[in-house]
Amino acid sequence: MSNMNMPSWGLWLMALGLGVFVTMLVISVKRHRGVHRSLFAWPYSLWMIIFTVVPLFLIAYYAFTDAQGNFTLNNFYSFWDSNFEMKKQLSDMGFDLAEMGLNERGTVNVDTLIYSLWMAFKCTIICMLLGYPAALFMADRDFKLGSTLVVLFIIPMWMNFLLRTIAWMTLLEDNGIINNLLVSLGLGRVRLMYNSDAVLLGMVYNYLPFMVFPIYNSIDKQPRMYSEAAMDLGANSVRTFTKVTLPLSLPGIVSGITMVFMPSVTTFFIPRVLGGGNTEMFGDLIERTFLTADNWNVGSALALIMMLLMLLSISLLRRVDPKGEGGSLL
Amino acid sequence: MTKFLKRSYLVAVLLFLYLPIIVLIVQSFNGGVSRSKWEGFSFRWYRELVQDPTIMKALWITVSIAALAAFFATLLGTLAAIGINAMRKGPQAGMMTVTNIPMTMPDIVTGISLMLLFIFTQVDRGYFTMLLAHITFDTPYVLLSVLPKLKEMSRFTYEAALDLGATPGYALRHVLLPAVRPGIITGALMSFTLSLDDFTVSYFTTSPLVQNLSTLIYSETRKGVKPTMNALSALMFVILLVLLLAINYRSEKAENK
Amino acid sequence: MSQENRLIQLENITKEFDKLTVLDNINLYIRKNEFLTLLGPSGCGKTTMLRIIGGFEFPTSGRVLFEGKDITEEPPYKRRVNTVFQKYALFPHLNVFDNIAFGLKISKMPKKDIAMRVGKMLELVNLQGYEKRGVDALSGGQQQRVAIARALVNEPDVLLLDEPLGALDLKLRKGMQLELKRMQKALGITFVFVTHDQEEALTMSDTIVVMREGHIRQVGTPKHIYDEPKDAFVANFVGDSNIIRGTMPKDEVVHFCDMDFNCIDEGFDKDEPVDVLIRPEDILIVGTDVAQLKGVVRSVIFRGVHYEMIVDAGNFLWKVHSTVMVPENSSVGLSIIPSNIHVMRVSDDKLAKEGIQ
Repeated sequence: MSNMNMPSWGLWLMALGLGVFVTMLVISVKRHRGVHRSLFAWPYSLWMIIFTVVPLFLIAYYAFTDAQGNFTLNNFYSFWDSNFEMKKQLSDMGFDLAEMGLNERGTVNVDTLIYSLWMAFKCTIICMLLGYPAALFMADRDFKLGSTLVVLFIIPMWMNFLLRTIAWMTLLEDNGIINNLLVSLGLGRVRLMYNSDAVLLGMVYNYLPFMVFPIYNSIDKQPRMYSEAAMDLGANSVRTFTKVTLPLSLPGIVSGITMVFMPSVTTFFIPRVLGGGNTEMFGDLIERTFLTADNWNVGSALALIMMLLMLLSISLLRRVDPKGEGGSLL
Repeated sequence: MTKFLKRSYLVAVLLFLYLPIIVLIVQSFNGGVSRSKWEGFSFRWYRELVQDPTIMKALWITVSIAALAAFFATLLGTLAAIGINAMRKGPQAGMMTVTNIPMTMPDIVTGISLMLLFIFTQVDRGYFTMLLAHITFDTPYVLLSVLPKLKEMSRFTYEAALDLGATPGYALRHVLLPAVRPGIITGALMSFTLSLDDFTVSYFTTSPLVQNLSTLIYSETRKGVKPTMNALSALMFVILLVLLLAINYRSEKAENK
Repeated sequence: MSQENRLIQLENITKEFDKLTVLDNINLYIRKNEFLTLLGPSGCGKTTMLRIIGGFEFPTSGRVLFEGKDITEEPPYKRRVNTVFQKYALFPHLNVFDNIAFGLKISKMPKKDIAMRVGKMLELVNLQGYEKRGVDALSGGQQQRVAIARALVNEPDVLLLDEPLGALDLKLRKGMQLELKRMQKALGITFVFVTHDQEEALTMSDTIVVMREGHIRQVGTPKHIYDEPKDAFVANFVGDSNIIRGTMPKDEVVHFCDMDFNCIDEGFDKDEPVDVLIRPEDILIVGTDVAQLKGVVRSVIFRGVHYEMIVDAGNFLWKVHSTVMVPENSSVGLSIIPSNIHVMRVSDDKLAKEGIQ
């Protein structure tokens, strides 16, 4: 398997990093002539360098090297053509691929990515359609229940996420609760599980609160006088909503989209349980490449591609909400 | 009428969210092994739970890691918040970017990158590596819940303490920390619950020998999760709920005073 | 001035932030028991100077001496100096009593003495009976008093005040100005006060230090600064003024508005260009027959004690303060007595020139 031993330059690089860190620390101490509060952030900086920045560089390192540690772009070819490594090995061994009928491109990886994006897109849209009215009604002043409702939306998340997903199995399976109910009503059984709709349901179920909270926050913090002013100026309640409330809640929507779409693309586990392995998503693919196929180099390339996609979509969304006002759960 | 419709809609959405949880709790009192057939009310699974060494061990690992990770993350994150708050604009922006990386990165990438780190540095994966990973993803949350509290404070408050004769250590303990206590508590609680519930990162940073509840459930998914697990999570759910109500009750009482 | 009277000395203090020079080679001494004000527009370096004295910033070069001893490197908690911060910086988690007692508790004073000292302080700042209140529940003026009490209770040798009255409304501010002056006299403590409000500086100070862009422009008593400003910037910053370009044909004669005026200044080169300062209240409105300058009133504003008129005379718009109102567009005569004409050297730097209208 891959190079288990750290290359010697790795050690040197680490020593160099530590050296730079200590030097900067010393400079900082000198500049502030003693203990300055900014020094309190140094343990955290060191921690984040070791456990966030370095690991990311490791992913990049593995993505651009082969099993022997030499630079290569093959891992990215493997993303495009999942048969790439096999074909390469065969042709290296002198087989004629065309003769064996093996020239076909393996489309699994690209297809999985597109499927994941499509599923995440659908999940985000459904969460938005379901979540926006919920957030709007929650923020309704007539209820005086806003904060209690927020807690009610949070509580389900305390139950272990895997168990909650598995509980859906109990509801959806062929002789599950819903089907038993249908049968006792005189209707036939329906196949509810092991398809992409079941996976979608599981995803919406899991990510819906992340759409509701930011939208709720952005509506709730709007001063009431805005909508009152709109009505005073002659807008009816529909126009007040479309011209005032909705545009002002845009940062919340953007933040909600980010918080639903990002984890949706990388969902793993849900497809395995509710999709029964028929509907692999990109998260599962990465996990399988790493742990089952044991190919860290291609796995890293896949992870890198996904990170780039994330960065791209975040920067696109940032344009709509440049100040990041939508906030998050915090 | 519209009020009724709005309410019904919210009730329907909440019902959707609570449905699996209700199913789970009901199941935990089911006398039989079947997932969907009711075989009489019983405490059987709760009794078996205490005698199940695998689950009890996983429970211990989960809770101890959550507690330790919350502790260290709170320490690290609070100090970092104080430090970052005292920085100039440039370095501050840099630190916030680094903080945002793990928060925007998908869990699976966090997990895999840490796994690569541990393999690369030849650290055997297990309890310790899982703890390190949990501290890593918890700390930014602490930082982001303490920092706003510091920003609310006058930037001269710390200097005022020094001015009145407090050493930096004294000022930290008696002025800065008490003033941001609510943020620290929020951060610690959030860390604890995040750790308690984490699956993806734990999955990549531990060995099959050291399982927390989530990875244990995952490994049992194929052959079917034992009903004892339902009993355990129903129990934990109720404990958390009671804790929340207690905290709520206390803070309401404090407010009324 | 004898050396012993100098409590604090700043020697060649330069402070740079990220290559930006905020203080440029400052030399200044502060005497015992004086009320010294650092006056200047925002960004002039006055707050930085105060923070260097307090120990919150360290100079890039130069020394700070306290009773002749070098304290440049000493941290704030070792200095016998206390500060009243902008917006007060009260500890939000402590009540009034604990805020004021903070410094005393650190110095491990017995509880009984602390209670006594805090009680006395509360009396001094007129806040008896507020001990148990939370600081958030106090009004701006009350918070201000707590901040002053918190600093003064430690009996510092010097009290530094960083725009302490900036957040108060006008009436409260006037009241606090008098109270601060009263406290300073009663306690015999040196006050170093930072403000951008020239009126505040003139009312309260024994010494005013006028600053601009990291330089000290002038040091003096309020009267001296007002009557004898060194250049156009100081004249303009402290009080209302008319500043006009002129020349000195000979001693005690100054030429502006195409006319020669008698004055009392001397010692300039022949025909040296100068800035001429005439305060609005020093211009007399007289009949056109006896006037030195004749002009037309362009506008009149009632200011309470006086009228402020803009008079167009000799190609210059004069600001004139008078208790007599002259209607707009009427012709008036202006007259200035020689001792009220103040001639200043034109300072080379562009900053002073900006002061000229």
